[in-house]
Amino acid sequence: MLDKKIAGYSDQISVAPGERIRFMVSCEPGVDRYRADIVRLISGDRQPGGPGYRDELLPTSVSGEYPGRTQETYCGSYAVVPHGPAFDRLGDLGLQATIFPTLPNLRRACLISKMDIAAGRGFALWTDPADGLVLQLGDGAGGIREFALGQPLVAREWYLVSATYDAAGGEIRLSQQLLDSYARDTSSGEASHRVEGTAAVSCDAPLLIAAASREEARGKPVGEMIFNGRIERPVVASRVLERNEIEALRSDALPRALRPDICAAWDFARAIETDEIVDISPNRAHGELINLPIRAVRGSTWTGDELDFNHAPDQYAAIHFLDDSLYDCEWEPDFEFEVPADTPSGLYAARLTSGDQEDHITFVVRPPRNRSTASLALLIPTASYMAYGNARGAMETGNELLSNHLTVISPEMRYLNRHTEYGNSMYDNHNDGTGVCYSSRLRPLINIRPTHPWLWQLSADMHLVEWLDAQEIPFDVITDEDMHQDGVALLERYSCVMTGSHPEYYSTQMWDAIHAFTQRGGRLMYMGGNGFYWRVAYRDDKPGAMEMRRTEDGSRSWASEPGEYFMAFTGEYGGLWWRAGRTPQSLVGNGFIAQGFDHCSYFRRTDESRDPRAAFIFEGVEDEIIGDFGLIGGGAAGLELDSASRGYGTPPHALTVATSEQHTDAYIRVNEDIGHMLLSIGGLDDPQVHADMVFFETPRGGAVFSTGSIAWVSSLFHNDHDNNVSRITRNVLDRFLDPAEFD
Amino acid sequence: MPSQYPIDPSRTDLAREFMDNPMGPHSAALQRIVTRMRDSEAEGRYVLVTRIPYEEWGLAQLSGRRGVDLTLLEDQVFTSIEEAERAVFRMRWEQITGAPLALD
Repeated sequence: MLDKKIAGYSDQISVAPGERIRFMVSCEPGVDRYRADIVRLISGDRQPGGPGYRDELLPTSVSGEYPGRTQETYCGSYAVVPHGPAFDRLGDLGLQATIFPTLPNLRRACLISKMDIAAGRGFALWTDPADGLVLQLGDGAGGIREFALGQPLVAREWYLVSATYDAAGGEIRLSQQLLDSYARDTSSGEASHRVEGTAAVSCDAPLLIAAASREEARGKPVGEMIFNGRIERPVVASRVLERNEIEALRSDALPRALRPDICAAWDFARAIETDEIVDISPNRAHGELINLPIRAVRGSTWTGDELDFNHAPDQYAAIHFLDDSLYDCEWEPDFEFEVPADTPSGLYAARLTSGDQEDHITFVVRPPRNRSTASLALLIPTASYMAYGNARGAMETGNELLSNHLTVISPEMRYLNRHTEYGNSMYDNHNDGTGVCYSSRLRPLINIRPTHPWLWQLSADMHLVEWLDAQEIPFDVITDEDMHQDGVALLERYSCVMTGSHPEYYSTQMWDAIHAFTQRGGRLMYMGGNGFYWRVAYRDDKPGAMEMRRTEDGSRSWASEPGEYFMAFTGEYGGLWWRAGRTPQSLVGNGFIAQGFDHCSYFRRTDESRDPRAAFIFEGVEDEIIGDFGLIGGGAAGLELDSASRGYGTPPHALTVATSEQHTDAYIRVNEDIGHMLLSIGGLDDPQVHADMVFFETPRGGAVFSTGSIAWVSSLFHNDHDNNVSRITRNVLDRFLDPAEFD
Repeated sequence: MPSQYPIDPSRTDLAREFMDNPMGPHSAALQRIVTRMRDSEAEGRYVLVTRIPYEEWGLAQLSGRRGVDLTLLEDQVFTSIEEAERAVFRMRWEQITGAPLALD
């Protein structure tokens, strides 16, 4: 049986001629060597009747054989604080934190550690499934002693936990106190232990929060036994803390009298938009977060009166750590490619092959940074690729009800399931059930491949690339990240910008750029469905990472917690763009209305399509029925559908030139458009379940054409491109490339 | 929670409809049955596994747990998705109604 054993990623998603891109590859045992080539991608869909996979080899110095090796990935989030003089005075010890464990029964997990295991020096505070709080102290002679509280913690409750060691008295005290109040609570408690001899509390090892460390890799400690859940205001003191002091340290500014004895007290409410954790003690023992734990989350003092962390950061003084989060695999590069100055802009890949193994690490060569090389730009929706990258649903929740067909598990999906360390998509939940609100492209994104059998995002967009290639129309390729960074100046170099099939995720900068483009005479072809829907954020100092929150409502696989709707990266309100006052309908004339994944349908021309303003769209098209064929679901209207709505902001002069019909009951209206759930929300009953193809003119001679359906691009290939979907797309493109202004 | 819609074992006419057109669309009455069958816990759910892309599929059951592989049912191999849908429909019919599907 076919299996997948090789995968990689690149450090950039878009490079200009003259720039370098590095490729990182990992092979499972059995793949000792592989071949790498740089290719321009032309088509990818290998299904019977499809265009098949085609590429064009670029003669480069990359071409050659490379040794296969397995590269380690260390997932899981934690904080690292380097050893410093702040911790030299430790003899007695006081530790405390307010914690919200989400998987206390999974295994032992480390809250805070500073331990040199070989020397038997240092300390570590753990949660244990059976014993609750556990303190470990080194004995100074290569051994570690352990002291347990003896009562298990309850998941998803806040506790104030503390552990102290009095060296002179030889006494350990442990405490875990539930902050809420339940009758018959057995999880709160205290314990004390006598220590024989003296413990060795001080050591030179780095301090970790939410993890222990046994080894270093790539110059920093590798976190293990990672704590799942929230930690707030961890404190390390060089003396025993009394009950009233522990209470005071829980949330107040550092009490004056305690300052001399505090080694570090981290206030996670500070620098929320960064990877830094700030020590508010005089020692300034700041630390760094690894692998994007979630910030801007509710702490133990959240009252519910304030929903925006920017307004009350003290109530958001917690960080949510996770054992399966990942920012950057940090693999060693296998090879790099310096893009020759004359390389045409396009969609490219490092094609890896070894026997029956293959992978395509896909990237974009954009035109030179200061100019365009064509009148048309294909805007590759890399933000949406990142959101869907490593979607695990097929092997977990199973997608059978969505597709209304048996789920087919490909070798790629089994490979991804074997590699949980590659992290999740924004459609998944973390191991502790928390929704995944960060993604990164600095890891293999297994389903973001031109040949992936799930025709979605890149693999579906290959139909568009194949069609453009066949039309022999010159085009540049640019990405969401290019547009986010360069703004409208990038788009303004083009007469026409064409989107991918599902440009769902947009940052503010991206939205501003594409909106300004349409308002300054630009022509936009929105070639898909459910676009411009969720708001995302990038961070300039965290290349390749992206954040989103699934707030309020929207078609979504999980929901953000109340009070956690603002994004840590930027402080912006997350969720649907509609909820931020920017509807897709106002930008492109239509917006997400329904989805279904069993069969695709067709469009029928409307009376408005006879308007002379729309004549160019249907030139040479005699058919009333448009797109009753296609490589996804057998039709051009399907998967996710957008409709026009004056109420949601469709421009008043917009023409709905075709409307889809005959959708099955697997198509259901989006929940944000529904008040009470009723029986009649499926395609057979609900007339709202349809796509509208929309055209309208924009100020200064510009125009927008929106297909209204993700499946549209997969009908372009039918009958060797001789079909009405292809003809309409070509008609619009030709007119949109024509400099003659629209009235 | 999975669907609890009861399947009436006497409605073999609907089973026949499925066998004639396993990929759908289905009548409303048949779709209720199909929805019941497809809406199961992830653990143990039947899925197809690609043996030869677009040509041959095996039957398997999901583990329902991240990182745990599916279980292949080696004796079940299909050369069309339709054939697989029919086979799984039969298996689920028997599991839910307690009696094998008997069609003339």
